[in-house]
Amino acid sequence: MTDDHVNSKRRRLLTVATSAVGAVGAVGLVVPFAGSLSPSEKAKAAGAPVKVDISKLETGQQITVEWRGKPVWVIKRSQEALDFLPEMTPSLVDPDSDADQQPEYAKNEFRSIKGDVLVLVGICTHLGCSPKYRPELSTSVDGAFLCACHGSRFDLAGRVYSNVPAPKNLEVPPHMYLSDTEILIGSDEGATS
Amino acid sequence: MRIVMKKVCILLLTALLPVSSLAAGGSSVKLEHVEINLNDTHALQNGAKIFVNYCLGCHSAEYMRYNRLTKDLGIPEELVLKDMISSDAKIGDPMNAIMPAEKSADWFGVTPPDLSLTGRLHDAKWLYNYFISFYVDPNSVSGWNNTVFENVAMPHVLADMQGRRAAVFKEVDGKKEFDRFEVLTEGTMSDEEFKSQMKDLTAYLVYMGEPAKLKRVKYGIYVMLFLFLLAGLSWMLKKEYWRDIKSSH
Amino acid sequence: MSFNDWVNERLPVGQAIKDHLTEYYAPKNFNFWYFFGALSLVVLILQIVTGVLLAMNYKPDAELAFASVEYIMRDVWGGWFVRYMHSTGASFFFILIYLHMFRGLLYGSYKNPRELIWIFGMVIYIAMMATAFFGYLLPWGQMSFWGAQVIVNLFETLPIIGESLSQWIRGDYVISDITLNRFYAFHYLIPFILVGLVVLHILALHQVGSNNPDGVEIKKGPKGNKWSKDAPADGVPFHPYYTVKDIMGLSVFLIFFFAVVFFMPEMGGYFIEQPNFEPANPLKTPEHIAPVWYFTPYYAILRAVPSFAGTQVWGVLAMGAAIAVFFFLPWLDRSPVKSVRYKGPSTRLYLIIFAVAFLVLGWLGTLPPTTGYTAMSQFLTVVYFLFFFLMPCYSGTGDNKGMSGLVLFVISVLLYLGALFLWWVQTPDLALSIKVLYTLLGAAILLYFGVRPGWIKPDAVKPVPERVTG
Repeated sequence: MTDDHVNSKRRRLLTVATSAVGAVGAVGLVVPFAGSLSPSEKAKAAGAPVKVDISKLETGQQITVEWRGKPVWVIKRSQEALDFLPEMTPSLVDPDSDADQQPEYAKNEFRSIKGDVLVLVGICTHLGCSPKYRPELSTSVDGAFLCACHGSRFDLAGRVYSNVPAPKNLEVPPHMYLSDTEILIGSDEGATS
Repeated sequence: MRIVMKKVCILLLTALLPVSSLAAGGSSVKLEHVEINLNDTHALQNGAKIFVNYCLGCHSAEYMRYNRLTKDLGIPEELVLKDMISSDAKIGDPMNAIMPAEKSADWFGVTPPDLSLTGRLHDAKWLYNYFISFYVDPNSVSGWNNTVFENVAMPHVLADMQGRRAAVFKEVDGKKEFDRFEVLTEGTMSDEEFKSQMKDLTAYLVYMGEPAKLKRVKYGIYVMLFLFLLAGLSWMLKKEYWRDIKSSH
Repeated sequence: MSFNDWVNERLPVGQAIKDHLTEYYAPKNFNFWYFFGALSLVVLILQIVTGVLLAMNYKPDAELAFASVEYIMRDVWGGWFVRYMHSTGASFFFILIYLHMFRGLLYGSYKNPRELIWIFGMVIYIAMMATAFFGYLLPWGQMSFWGAQVIVNLFETLPIIGESLSQWIRGDYVISDITLNRFYAFHYLIPFILVGLVVLHILALHQVGSNNPDGVEIKKGPKGNKWSKDAPADGVPFHPYYTVKDIMGLSVFLIFFFAVVFFMPEMGGYFIEQPNFEPANPLKTPEHIAPVWYFTPYYAILRAVPSFAGTQVWGVLAMGAAIAVFFFLPWLDRSPVKSVRYKGPSTRLYLIIFAVAFLVLGWLGTLPPTTGYTAMSQFLTVVYFLFFFLMPCYSGTGDNKGMSGLVLFVISVLLYLGALFLWWVQTPDLALSIKVLYTLLGAAILLYFGVRPGWIKPDAVKPVPERVTG
């Protein structure tokens, strides 16, 4: 038998066209399917910016708030501790905060908007444990933060030591001052750009 | 054991018994026709305002988040935060009643039901007629009654707008049947104005019952157009292939 | 060595593609009725995919279930679409399966040598009903709760073991959180068993080859077509011919399917029932409970049979029998031909009557029972069962009734007498004209389909052509 009567060009064209349109349909179906796994309105609402009242925060004290399910620390540093920070430089991986671990407005020697108030995401950049704050070591080369899981250490600006497993400085979340005594964590109304 | 058996039988029987009455209350009052339009954003915004001001005090809409009012109905976020949220709720929080449920249960004898899905449980016609059918009833606990939802526990929250009305009943075949309303005191709105407000509230409740409805009909049209294209192409493809078989005879 | 060869040496993928697609020769004369098997398979896959996605957000907990469904409908991105696809898919699955089964009835697809295909199909149908039943509880609305309550209580009617059986099913004295949890587990499990059963259904089909609207065995006909000299002359390779045809069928089907998903997901209360928008409340029954539409024919049969001898087990048994009787179809049909095209007039007539009876029973099952409706259900229940019990008589050619045919005829007579007793003695408020009408219609069916072909004049079949037509 021969295939003389088969218009193979038309056949190929129709096959390609139908497959292409069918593929578009399949993608159209996959988008809502995959999209249903993205953060829901509930997750977004729970991840909304958090207000922190720092009027009662004393020097050396740490408060922890939850933002997007992660611990965020607000720590008031003493002048002494701030003065000590430059001395750490030799033992740090990224003393000048070159890596993108903070918003533009926190890329300074104290890694904060206001010198004394430090805002950090309390999650170790190694494998996600939450390091421990050791206020008594604020002015010691031993590091103010120690991650118990794998021994990573950070100074009181959240900068990582060299020769520890963690590769990067602790993250500074987007935040802004609503007033002198109130910080909004999770939103800076685009102040980064 | 016997008792359980008996209970089950009764249960089964009640399940199979025919009862021809409305989902709530039960009444034979003729319902007025109402036409709602979910594409009328202004009506939905107005309905949302009425809902927040008059319903949300006692009723919750626990599945509805405030920020949907911004996304779906285009009410600016600042306006929602300033005018619509009177509790300490955040913009992404669900609409919870201002009054705690235990307290309102004490007041009305029942916990005011959550209203998220009322627009799906009842249809628009029933809701609208319910809103406009309150009357003064000295025999009821709240002082109010409703011809569409008999012995309703809720007082007429919108009496200021509609005014106070009494219901006149007549005897038909020995049964008490609703005849008409009689105005006792005028409200701040005319009858027409009030009904238009209730229409907006109804539209809002229907929207809130299924917020996705706004989108799904819109998407549906594109999906249909796409599928017609696919069906056309696949029909041509099938025809092209099947020429082999038709021509082999 | 190519990758294909590497795989094929280890797993016969290429051979399987040949056996089941490119070199599976299906009769060339499939018509409209032959779309529904493939479409059912697509819907099964869609149900599993959407079901798994829903499971990621659903919570099988009496406190949380209802809210988690609303969470899917409102807070999950695209959640409403996934959920409506699943709820619409459930109903469409049954529509397709009912059409697929009716195709089997039309063209005798259950007859020798396809009995096993039919039996696997029936098992699939029952597994589907179980899945649908378990799934219906999950939204934990009023209809979910009370529907499950009523159905599980059916088991309570069984003598002796009934009460402990229903408690065992529920794991509690009422439908509760415990019940919800296990129903969820079953609802998730059974679809995967279904996939296995579908594989068996298709393997059994490909073993003997597909039937067709003429009921002619193409494998017994002449050999040789343009693709192979050994293949049946009236066969065409499934791929590409039936794949392109099924793709066409699928795209048309999807128009209907998505029209429901986007424009009428509740389908007027038939696909999603209104009382289900209220959370389950064990203290308050909705005024009218009806199962979802695909169960209503059996529900009508259940309600048609009254309780007597102190138990209501009879209705439950009738409902079970109404499903079970399908299994025996291959042996009840004594016709020498398969397809309705060549069967005798009485066989064709009763098939139409049966289809109408099934649909009307389904409609009655959604309504609150009244004396009139119940009598109608009783009459149609008799019609339903006589379709099967009288089949050896009316489908046979006279001499091949056999003993079993006689036994079934006696059962049919008893069934009819039982119905007469109900209409004349037990229902005094039924109108006389209705009583007379049902009595005469019942007698007519019994005599016309039971006595005439068996004892007076066999149902004349038309000659079957040698080869498929069209």
